[in-house]
Amino acid sequence: MNRYPWWKYAILAIAVVVGLLYTLPNFFGEAPAVQVSSAKATLKVDAELVPRVEQALKDASIEADFVQLDGTSVRARFGDTDTQIKAKDAIAQALNPDPADPSYIVALNLLSRSPAWLSSLHALPMYLGLDLRGGVHFLMQVDMKAALTRRAEALTGDIRTLLRDKAVRHAGIVRAGNSIEIRVRDAATLAAARTALAELTDLEWSEAADGDATKLVGNIKPEAARLVQEQALKQNIVTLHNRINELGVAEPVIQQQGADRVVVQLPGVQDTAKAKDIIGRTATLELRLVDDSPEGLAAAAGTAPVPFGAERYVERGGQPLIVKRQVILTGENLTDAQAGFSGDTQEPVVNLTVDAKGARIMRDTSRENIKKRMAILLFEKGKGEVITAPVIQSELGARFQISGRMTTAEANDTALLLRAGSLAAPMEIIEERTIGPSLGAENIAKGFNSVIWGFAAIALFMCVYYMLFGVFSTLALAVNLLLLMALLSMLQATLTLPGIAAIALTLGMAIDANVLINERVREELGAGAAPQAAIHTGYERAWATILDSNITTLIAGVALLAFGSGPVRGFAVVHCLGILTSMFSAVLFSRGLVNLWYGRQKKLKAVSIGTVWRPGAAKPAAQA
Amino acid sequence: MEFFRIKRDIPFMRHALVFNIISFATFAAAVFFLVTRGLHLSIEFTGGNVLEVEYARAAEVDKVRTSVEALGFGEVQVQNFGTSRDVLIRLPLREGVAQTEVVGRVFGALCAAESGTVQQREGVSNEGEPISRQVCEAAGAEPLQLKRSEFVGPQVGRELAEDGAMALGFVIVGIMIYLAIRFEWKFAVAAIVANLHDVIIILGFFAFFQWEFSLSVLAAVLAVLGYSVNESVVIFDRIREAFRRYRKMDSAQTIDHAITSTISRTIITHGSTQMMVLSMLLFGGPTLYYFALALTIGICFGIYSSVFVAAAIAMWLGVKREDLVRAAPKGDPDDPNAGAVV
Repeated sequence: MNRYPWWKYAILAIAVVVGLLYTLPNFFGEAPAVQVSSAKATLKVDAELVPRVEQALKDASIEADFVQLDGTSVRARFGDTDTQIKAKDAIAQALNPDPADPSYIVALNLLSRSPAWLSSLHALPMYLGLDLRGGVHFLMQVDMKAALTRRAEALTGDIRTLLRDKAVRHAGIVRAGNSIEIRVRDAATLAAARTALAELTDLEWSEAADGDATKLVGNIKPEAARLVQEQALKQNIVTLHNRINELGVAEPVIQQQGADRVVVQLPGVQDTAKAKDIIGRTATLELRLVDDSPEGLAAAAGTAPVPFGAERYVERGGQPLIVKRQVILTGENLTDAQAGFSGDTQEPVVNLTVDAKGARIMRDTSRENIKKRMAILLFEKGKGEVITAPVIQSELGARFQISGRMTTAEANDTALLLRAGSLAAPMEIIEERTIGPSLGAENIAKGFNSVIWGFAAIALFMCVYYMLFGVFSTLALAVNLLLLMALLSMLQATLTLPGIAAIALTLGMAIDANVLINERVREELGAGAAPQAAIHTGYERAWATILDSNITTLIAGVALLAFGSGPVRGFAVVHCLGILTSMFSAVLFSRGLVNLWYGRQKKLKAVSIGTVWRPGAAKPAAQA
Repeated sequence: MEFFRIKRDIPFMRHALVFNIISFATFAAAVFFLVTRGLHLSIEFTGGNVLEVEYARAAEVDKVRTSVEALGFGEVQVQNFGTSRDVLIRLPLREGVAQTEVVGRVFGALCAAESGTVQQREGVSNEGEPISRQVCEAAGAEPLQLKRSEFVGPQVGRELAEDGAMALGFVIVGIMIYLAIRFEWKFAVAAIVANLHDVIIILGFFAFFQWEFSLSVLAAVLAVLGYSVNESVVIFDRIREAFRRYRKMDSAQTIDHAITSTISRTIITHGSTQMMVLSMLLFGGPTLYYFALALTIGICFGIYSSVFVAAAIAMWLGVKREDLVRAAPKGDPDDPNAGAVV
């Protein structure tokens, strides 16, 4: 009765092997590396950069372990810190000919030392949280009210133009908070205004008496408001990404948290003042005409000086462009930019929407400049860059599109860049944490020591008190730890100090299941059951209790997961996962060991579970 | 080895009244201290600034306090943290002060007090990670270092407190529903009352000693709540089984039997968990100290309350054989294996 079919042993063996495999990368530690990522929003890092980095290293005769493309950056790993710093300088020199205006960020980083075959199995080490590696953490609140007010303001302008175009004679338009109020004097105008306003699908209208006139009150619909807020948050995140890139942080974390918050974590950065300065900076977007006169073209080719009233900028892709100084529109007038497809040719386009004031200027400017080019420039830190410079094909209005020779990805990038010029809504730092690097290392050591000593104490006690069964329980506990580590590594969870505390606590609680089983087996033996039967019923009966007790603990874990934030969440994730792995290891794995050891012995007379005390017997029956 | 050689069932329930009076007294004391002293909430809940500064030599707390107070940020708390060289400075939220600049200004003031100047330094850590930080320099040495700083805005604090209360409510309701389905409402009520009494007592300790109640302590409290409910579950499981097996015993005897037969397991598992917690208390450093402390109190009172309080309450509520055995599958009611069927 105490035998497992072969497939159960196979499952246990596979679980242990997989556990080992995925826990392994955590033990290799990290090696110094250099990471190259884009410094400019208009520049993308792709596979082409790899040979350039390799060449740069070769020229400086530096040996790298490997150079590879990893997502949006190229990474090269080195044997030691000295080589790493030399390599950083060599790569920076080769890639950024002008140090004052770097195209690439060359940053020092750490890469796992684990062998390539492990990485190819996606067996990667756990990511260490800020409290373990040091760095800055910001929690920023996006001012959604401001985003909505801005939207209402833009809509007010649109309505003013719309009603003028349709010749509706209203008695004044004002924005009151997030709603728009239009006064009309008579019923005919009211009806005309209503028909005209039906075009604006983002607003819902209600009427109210206002003295002798009627007041039409427009409110932004909840769906539209939600969309405005979502976009504001997304745009802020993109903008933050662009700005933080400049800090040269190897692995920044910029994430949405809740409906209106953004978390920014910058590992390795200790200087909050500089980080705050960069995060708070504003970028601007400008629309200007391209100087296509013969002088301008000559200047672009580099054969003539830049004409008066024009400036030289570099287009995306490196081509110089002569742009007039006069600004047609700024980013403030641009209300939206979205990638899409054109109606007739089905090619990717970028749809732009400008507010009413912008539309008026666009119409006038475009009418006079058909077949000429218009440049869209992004200014950051006082340096401008041309995002795109399309040819004006016809007279433009409030909505127009940029099309031609674009892939869908390029259209998306351009739209993003156009939106990313500035923050959609102001942000405020509501939480800030700085953790020094030495503190991080201390925390790792402390957390690690807690787990090790706690584990050792429990293991010692179990082995002494329950003899061989205690050894089995200890092995099961070790497997629990192994599986938990493997699971966390597989999920690429971020390990924090509360997470380590949760590992310790979970191990302390997990032994409960084995104590329950061992006590039950002892009790059955004490009641006079045969060893094999005692093992069987001991496990069987303990199972129901183990399940009950784990479920109550899991309820607490899930509550923490659902309502906790930040450090508590890290604790809760590990706690919940630990409960699951402990059920597996404490029951299935320890039973497997017991079955393997005792299951085959038909005439088993005694099991090694420490002293079994029979209440009836005069002398305790010692069994070894 | 065998710790527990109990010949007869210990008549716990005979003294149920005494235990309940003790419990009530501790509970009342805990509530009293919670009301009169209140919890010393960490800045995670109240909002504010915290700086941890490490001095090269033993820090002069009074000097630090004077220099920070001179900045006029209101009530400042300065204390040693872990070692005599580490100092923890807590600043409350204050209207009209740009909160995000507080850390920089305090560090500057502390640096000036050591006659140093704040400088920007770029460097590489031992692991090869780039670090740029502000350094206080005085005559070529670093008299102090900023180890950690934290700022929490007022809205975050309020939300955390609300979320904490929500989590506690969720745990209580969830466990009650589960126990009511699995056992019987009387057990559910008994288990929750017993364990809430633990929670209040932990909080009472924190209020009495004015230990800092942080987010991790809250996590510990909730974890311990789930953990000690499982203690009650084990005993209830046994009570149910005993009701089925020993038909001649009355309720009190059955409960006594169930507690006696699980006492060895109760003490051993709690002892094991406590070993782990003790290891955290000893090796985990100041960050994990209160977390481990809350767990320690929770575990000790968890044993007490599941053994002496939960079962007693279930008895007062009048738990009977019929309440539990009714749910048993039809067939042989004396089947000793019946309790194991899930």
